[in-house]
Amino acid sequence: MNKVTLLSGNEAVARGAFEAGVAVASAYPGTPSTEILENIAGYDEIYSEWSPNEKAALEVALGASFTGKRALCAMKHVGLNVAADPLFSAAHIGATGGLVIITCDDPGMHSSQNEQDNRNYGKFAKIPVIEPTDSQEAKDFLIEAFELSESLKTPILFRMTTRICHALTPVALGDRKAPGNDRHYEKDFSQRVLVPANARVRHVKLEERLLELKKVAESSALNREEMGDTSMGIISSGIAYQYAREAFPKASFLKLGMCFPFPADKVHAFAAKVEKVYVIEENEPFIEEAAKLAGVAVIGKEKIPLCGELNQRLVRASLTGEAVPFESASVPGRPPVLCPGCPHRAAFMAIRKLKLNAMGDIGCYTLGALPPLNAMDACVCMGASITTAHGMDKAAGPEEERKTVAVIGDSTFVHTGITGLINVAYNRGTTTTIILDNSITAMTGHQEHPGSGKTLSGADTVSIDYEALAKAVGIKNYARIDAYDVKKVHETIKAETEKDEASLIVIEAPCILRNREAGRKPRYVDEEICVNCGLCRKTGCPGITKNAAGEKSMINSALCAGEVCDVCGQVCRKGAIKAIET
Amino acid sequence: MTNNIVNSANITNTFICGVGGQGILLSSKILSNLALQEHFDVKKSEVHGMAQRGGSVVSHIRFGEKVYSPLIEEGSAHFLLAFEKMEALRWLHYLRSDGTMIVNTLELTPSGTEIYPTGLEQQIEQKAGRVIFIDADKLAVEAGSPRAVNIVLLGALSKLMDFPVETWQQVIRDSVKPKTLEINLKAFDLGQAQI
Repeated sequence: MNKVTLLSGNEAVARGAFEAGVAVASAYPGTPSTEILENIAGYDEIYSEWSPNEKAALEVALGASFTGKRALCAMKHVGLNVAADPLFSAAHIGATGGLVIITCDDPGMHSSQNEQDNRNYGKFAKIPVIEPTDSQEAKDFLIEAFELSESLKTPILFRMTTRICHALTPVALGDRKAPGNDRHYEKDFSQRVLVPANARVRHVKLEERLLELKKVAESSALNREEMGDTSMGIISSGIAYQYAREAFPKASFLKLGMCFPFPADKVHAFAAKVEKVYVIEENEPFIEEAAKLAGVAVIGKEKIPLCGELNQRLVRASLTGEAVPFESASVPGRPPVLCPGCPHRAAFMAIRKLKLNAMGDIGCYTLGALPPLNAMDACVCMGASITTAHGMDKAAGPEEERKTVAVIGDSTFVHTGITGLINVAYNRGTTTTIILDNSITAMTGHQEHPGSGKTLSGADTVSIDYEALAKAVGIKNYARIDAYDVKKVHETIKAETEKDEASLIVIEAPCILRNREAGRKPRYVDEEICVNCGLCRKTGCPGITKNAAGEKSMINSALCAGEVCDVCGQVCRKGAIKAIET
Repeated sequence: MTNNIVNSANITNTFICGVGGQGILLSSKILSNLALQEHFDVKKSEVHGMAQRGGSVVSHIRFGEKVYSPLIEEGSAHFLLAFEKMEALRWLHYLRSDGTMIVNTLELTPSGTEIYPTGLEQQIEQKAGRVIFIDADKLAVEAGSPRAVNIVLLGALSKLMDFPVETWQQVIRDSVKPKTLEINLKAFDLGQAQI
């Protein structure tokens, strides 16, 4: 079965999981990794789940690995920050069934709060780092990663980036082989119970394992020489290899599919064959520093940019100084905005009108920070809204405290917000927390979560009762209101922030993109009544602009989400906004 | 009549751009599958996420004997297919000086602003080697559905490439819902007729 088809890196990894006989796969959504689990869910042979966060996901995979079965977890780069605790323990414990941790980094921050080079985690945790350069390798290297994981009993860090995850390249498919599936759990106290007495032994074993893995790196076909013109030698990995190949097709290459442990001997051997060695890699000088430490003279970040993603033009220009200049036209941008009919809109309107300091969080609602709403002061990382708001309150006086709110989405709240809420209650804080509950993980493409009522596979399941949760953690003030009731949203936020007590407000309505079945009755502006005050346009709804003559408001009926949403109608003081009667 | 740059030894770069919701990713999928079927090495890049929210959507498709980078370099696209006028100008610098641009004349004002720049067609003609303007939305409606605008534009693009019409039609057939096939094939014909 050697059918060749175009697959994205993520789809190819999912296929690799199938062909490698993976039994359990877990993840929390995060661009550019999300499609990995979405595609794995299509294989009945694999148990797959959305875990509440990446730490949980890694631990689930680790537990599966204890039984001898193969498991993987997937996450975006910052997700590994959340999963870092079990990462290090897993490295010390080792893998019984193959265990692969997939990190999808985002150089250039197409959709992330930062760019960080997670190859460093492999070095820090002392586990191998494997990097594919296209979709065929994403599949083939994943299968090999499982084999290596089991032969040397080590978790593997499988590292991809956006341009591998989301580029479609040809893949030849194979069959499923499930070597682990007849294995059973066997106890091993000394390996898995990390009390200090055991952990000291595990660390020594970890270092011994690393030496064995270094030998593997030296001889593995994952690292390969591609000799060409020896005046220029390039060491590269990941997508940077493809850019380097494109920019310098005639050069000699040492392509590292396993960049940690570092194959120092192989690098020396390569360097001896070429006149000059360049290291072309995105973000951190990971390979460069290892090469220099091994005594190989290389040119890297003194020429190649550190920040942002690369491409062949940047690579060529950085090393040769040559660049054909191009001029891009200056045209207005198309920044992302909250959709027409988004249920988050009224909350941000209230926050702006009440002049509150909003500690925000990560999701679609982060867009409430942008013009014209401009209703968010900070967005740090998942779950930070509630905790930073509490920190601000404790540092500021009571007057300031009343001005600060935490704004968090439902999925983010479950991810790492619950701990923050407990903190507010336990440490006698007065923070008002607003959960924008659209019953889905929206920004990443509508995935289920513990508050949405369905699993990854679409099966019905329990769903979090936020009111009961608030009560259980000791938050006395709770309100649940309709996101589209502008007045109620405003009054509730005002009332709760004025209290000198902690509050939880759940502002709910389904994501409008999933609510298209609801009967549509688009709104229109009656120009005879409209006085052009602009209040409706200040809501920031993309469906409302000025009319062609520029002297009244106008609603784009193709974009308008009326009847579900009537926010502009409620804001208009003249009654100029009406429903198109069909 | 046609300016056929496709050569199996070299790489053909096609840059497709527009606004989220216009069907750009389907059109790039069809072109990529077509090239794969014709035994080319193919790489297609796209950036996910902002399409639903009125943002710019861009897809790079490269095919040839062996393709390394999945990204098209500025100034090296043989073809630039723009689903919207402002996007055409935004990404114009990706076009080769001897490349051809096909531009849908649709104007979509960015969310949150009210200004749509004027004089775009002149600017595009000044900067681009060869430009063909098409009212693809009108043709899509003529074919039977406003959502067929992407297939109209593929029809126009197909006249500039060397693949047989039957192969295009077969890939389209494999890529769309059966009940929309007739409309899409008509849209393809109408697009072809523009060149």
